[in-house]
Amino acid sequence: MADSGAMTLYKPLGLLAELTHRCPLGCPYCSNPLALDKRDDELDTATWMRVFKEAAGLGVLQVHLSGGEPGARRDLPEIAASAREAGLYTNLITSGVGITTRTIRDLWEAGLDHVQISIQDSDAVSSDRIAGYRGAYARKCALAAEVKRLGLPLTINLVVHRANIERIGAMVDLALDLKASRIEIAHVQYYGWALKNRAALMPSADQVARAAAEVEELRARHHGKIVIDAVVPDYHARFPKPCVGGWGRRSLNVTPSGKVLPCHAAEAIPDLEFWNVREHSLADIWASSPAFNAFRGTDFLPEPCASCERREIDFGGCRCQAFLLTGDARATDPVCHLSPDHTRVAELAAVQQDAPYNYRRM
Amino acid sequence: MDLSEPGTIAPDAKPRLPRGVRLTHSEAQGGFVLLAPERIFKADAIAHEILKRCTGEASFAEIIDDLATTFNAPRERIAADVTALLRGLADKQLLEL
Repeated sequence: MADSGAMTLYKPLGLLAELTHRCPLGCPYCSNPLALDKRDDELDTATWMRVFKEAAGLGVLQVHLSGGEPGARRDLPEIAASAREAGLYTNLITSGVGITTRTIRDLWEAGLDHVQISIQDSDAVSSDRIAGYRGAYARKCALAAEVKRLGLPLTINLVVHRANIERIGAMVDLALDLKASRIEIAHVQYYGWALKNRAALMPSADQVARAAAEVEELRARHHGKIVIDAVVPDYHARFPKPCVGGWGRRSLNVTPSGKVLPCHAAEAIPDLEFWNVREHSLADIWASSPAFNAFRGTDFLPEPCASCERREIDFGGCRCQAFLLTGDARATDPVCHLSPDHTRVAELAAVQQDAPYNYRRM
Repeated sequence: MDLSEPGTIAPDAKPRLPRGVRLTHSEAQGGFVLLAPERIFKADAIAHEILKRCTGEASFAEIIDDLATTFNAPRERIAADVTALLRGLADKQLLEL
């Protein structure tokens, strides 16, 4: 590939299909935007079917059926079947609440490839408190059992923050008990709802360091039994994450109302023009929509990124984070220790408070 | 249940891609790919020849014999290549032995 590659058009590999923003849970770090799409604005079944066909034609290999809670849509099995028919590897990302025994069997018949269930904590009471929904934990475990009874591969998703960071080992044990082949341990990323709840979610630097060591130890201990994938906590990192594998390079995200975003948080950046699948083909959007071309490549990056040898590794980090913390979406992600704004991140990470959550609600 | 020693595979094991792991051809991406939970592996010609034989019917020993005959290559070298690929996948829960 060309060194600068400003306008090199890559083929996307993954598509995140946010089928709905409706969800019975209220997790305070929800990755959905603060302004949630309403049911009346959601794409219909036929449009999703077209989107999946166009995605496969564009090179997409995997589709993630997500939300909100995708089970809130009655046509979920039909949607999943159409993704499979388009040739896509079909992954369901669910809260576990709202997927009935009947639905999961229909999904299995539709050819669903993999299921990810989020669990908020290994402790049932704490898990329900974080989710803002009494009884959620039991329903998640019941769905996990049903998934395994059908012979589907299962991943457990755990989002880590100050209320559960001390129980990562117990979470891995729970995932093993539920016969998951994989656990995804992701520290909260501070956008949208999580940004609103940042102080209430923020762990201490000590806790973060201990958690990192614990994950390494758990990986070694459970090697060959369960795959542990970990997402490092942004605010405590030295280098920024290569967000979504580079803007407009690897993946795309379709919102419930049909807007196509380079990443799920992209609407946080003002003045970006997103195109909608109701008006454009996915190929057209990928190649030509102003939002996708806004930060493609690395030519827009200022110093210290412009002359940095990691420029093609992390692409200057996350555009949304750069905007949210500096007010400039083109800036170096301040998570990077080379950013002139890096001290701000440390100051924000030091603000920790056992405050009540602002639950995510419609 | 895989009872073989670490780093080896029993000759009578019958490797199989489990549900959730699929070998498929992608026209747009220009080749074969192995699709798995949150993972995509490009399968080169050799990996493709090995993986398409992992159907749960042929044993590990039979797969190696087959490859050694088909490609007229030394059995030990084939065995080493196949072991490395399949062991790596099994450790990631992407292959049943």
